[in-house]
Amino acid sequence: MDTSFVIATFIASAIAYSVSLLLGTLGELLTERAGHVNLGVEGMMLMGGACGYVTAVKTDNLLLALFAAAAGAALGALLYAILTVTLRANQNVSGLALTTFGAGLANTLGSTVAKSNTPDHITAFFSFHPFSLGDVQNPILRFLNVSLLSHDVFVYASILLAVFLSWFLFKTKEGLSLRMVGENPAAADASGVNVTRIKYMYILIGGMLCGLGGLYIPLVLQRTWHADITAGKGWIVVALVIFVRWHPIKAIGGAFVFGALSIVGMTIQQFTQISSLVIFNQYIMVMYPYVLTIIVLVITYARKKAWRGPSSVGNSYFREER
Amino acid sequence: MSETTTPVSEFAFSMKGISKTFGSVAANEEIDFEVRKGEIHALLGENGSGKSTLMNILSGIYQPDSGTVFVGGERKVFHSPKDSIQCGIGMVYQHFMLAEPLTAAENISVSTGGFFVHHKKESAAIRAFSEKYGMEIDPDKLTNQLSVSEKQTVEILKVLYRGARILVLDEPTAVLTPQEIRALFRVLRKMRDGGCSIVFISHKLNEVMELCDRVTVLRKGRSIETCDIKDIDAYELVEKMVGRKVDLSINRPIPKEDCKECLRIESLSLRDPDGYVKVNAASFTLNHGEILGVAGLAGSGQKELCEAIAGIAPVESGRIIFEGNDIAGKSPREIIRMGVSMSFIPEDRLGMGLVASMDITENILLKDYSFQPGVFLKTAPVREKAERIVKELEISTPGVHHPVRKLSGGNIQKVILGREIHLSPKLLITAYAVRGLDINSSYTIYNLLNEQKMKDVAILYIGEDLDVLLELCDRIMVLCAGEVTGIVDARSTTKEEIGQMMSGTRYEELKGGVDYVSNH
Repeated sequence: MDTSFVIATFIASAIAYSVSLLLGTLGELLTERAGHVNLGVEGMMLMGGACGYVTAVKTDNLLLALFAAAAGAALGALLYAILTVTLRANQNVSGLALTTFGAGLANTLGSTVAKSNTPDHITAFFSFHPFSLGDVQNPILRFLNVSLLSHDVFVYASILLAVFLSWFLFKTKEGLSLRMVGENPAAADASGVNVTRIKYMYILIGGMLCGLGGLYIPLVLQRTWHADITAGKGWIVVALVIFVRWHPIKAIGGAFVFGALSIVGMTIQQFTQISSLVIFNQYIMVMYPYVLTIIVLVITYARKKAWRGPSSVGNSYFREER
Repeated sequence: MSETTTPVSEFAFSMKGISKTFGSVAANEEIDFEVRKGEIHALLGENGSGKSTLMNILSGIYQPDSGTVFVGGERKVFHSPKDSIQCGIGMVYQHFMLAEPLTAAENISVSTGGFFVHHKKESAAIRAFSEKYGMEIDPDKLTNQLSVSEKQTVEILKVLYRGARILVLDEPTAVLTPQEIRALFRVLRKMRDGGCSIVFISHKLNEVMELCDRVTVLRKGRSIETCDIKDIDAYELVEKMVGRKVDLSINRPIPKEDCKECLRIESLSLRDPDGYVKVNAASFTLNHGEILGVAGLAGSGQKELCEAIAGIAPVESGRIIFEGNDIAGKSPREIIRMGVSMSFIPEDRLGMGLVASMDITENILLKDYSFQPGVFLKTAPVREKAERIVKELEISTPGVHHPVRKLSGGNIQKVILGREIHLSPKLLITAYAVRGLDINSSYTIYNLLNEQKMKDVAILYIGEDLDVLLELCDRIMVLCAGEVTGIVDARSTTKEEIGQMMSGTRYEELKGGVDYVSNH
């Protein structure tokens, strides 16, 4: 087995693993742009994953499954929005509660399909790689084919979505309103922006994206369900949003780096003999994304002049209290 | 003037019989307020007279309990600021409503319709728009890099750009230099001549007399009087605002001849944590029984100077000599024990010095407890002290156990000042003591300061209102960007002189005939 093939396969798996991170990051990014940090990402990913996967198994219908994943996570986001926007509850506590609540609900729901596998129709859909070059001999083309071009529609769609959201944030009036609300809701309100609509809307859309990201894990990556299947990806997402400085385009790269880190251990064990070294110990390897997260947080917040994200994040807004 | 002779269209807007109650407090009761097209209309009243509530109703932030708003003769109901903006009403708030990391253009153009953001087109349009009214702004600059007056320009452009024909400005001059105020007045007059209506809220009566065409006075939530400015003078206005006669001149006792030096600052320099020079080689002296005023634009080093003397901010170089001892580098508590007292009123009033959720007694205890012996707190003597302060300073509160955050701004400031004065300091530093206070409360505070001065206390008074500095202080020191640009006798200097020093012209240059400001 030649090295370039190993690298290409590694890149391909990293991309596959980064999809759920990317969708989650885009979702949380929209939420934070509206001035709300939702620590319920893990819960929403699980809820979306469970709702979507159960629907997929029961109906064998991908569209219904996607819809169920978005709706299930949006329900959690709605709960969070009612708590933090309307009732102005503490955002951190509400988010943590949502994670616990979402995990419990998702694991209960998911246990009904724990022995099932992803239905064949759906597996077939995700086996279709629209840009695949097929069997090529040229080594460069083969490398590209294996690493970048042999992915399902979902992968390319989520990258397109990141590009779209970037355009949306910086080139449309609605995007400007959203950024304004995140920076200074009182200023946005005084300028005639409907702050409550913006907050609800982007918390809900953010939740839906997290749900879709959550569904990708059981549906495509693992093709089965087990409890706590997201295994902490929701927490990485929260850090990723800071890592990519609240910018959708950078989220593509950020998600890829973290996706790569989460499988580097597997790859090393598979192809090399050095896995006996303690730094390649399987339990240590699981730690790496989080270590990088801490490093990123330190770097981000050590820079004094750096923009530290939307300034109203964490604060409730009440119009009559100014 | 009566309704029958006035055509409806003469009014830009009318508010009739507006009432609004918060809990048990009636903020507005049956207020009538009408503003004509093409006039600058002053809205006057003490703190708590209902001005802000009335303007918040006009801008759609509050909904009135009863009463109606007419714009251009049509009855309107505003559910949100958006409705009000659509009727051509624009608010310029006292505390800027800007998203700091966004550009001026983004702040101005947000929510102005359309779907796409065209940066270049928008900037050009804003530039053209600002030139029309004689304002200068770079739309592509980030808001956090703008000066205070530029931010205000952005605020004004923001409402004009939305097609506002009715502008409400809430104390717009509080943060500006005299030169900037003149420029603002030019802009406002130009707007008026273009047919806009302007509601001008200010505590500075001389500005109102200079700029406005008509005036409406509110008192305790009711509209007291509306008349032409030329039919009334400042003293009558104050009488109507307060409800009784008030002596407007500040009593300024002459300092005693033989006062000893209390504080001597020798080329003091310090930097903020980011490394920026905040105070640069400042030198001055302050005698017992004297009030030294400090004038300067916000952020010229006043805060840092106060903090250095109080021992909160580290000194980089220079000496702070208090009664013969160098106190630079001593801890705040040592400095307090030596008799230095500081009251700094920040813009949000509660940021420094008081704990909002604690009551008056506890807040006084915060500074007192270190003088008490033993481990346990003794609250009884402090409570007595609190009661004395409440009585002496006429603080209106249900009791000394009332949380400070529920007091009005004026009363909060009296609590801070009362606490500092009751420590019987030798040096009292007070910054922005009357910030946002109405005329009556301000005079109470001036009297308190003068009493202290007569007790030989040295007072460093950091102020915003030049008229007050000129009337209250014995000498005035002017700061610009952390440097002392001049120290002048308050009895003989002029506002223009101080204004020029505030913008960087040194006193020697002024006197030497080199006048940098009016030369260009």
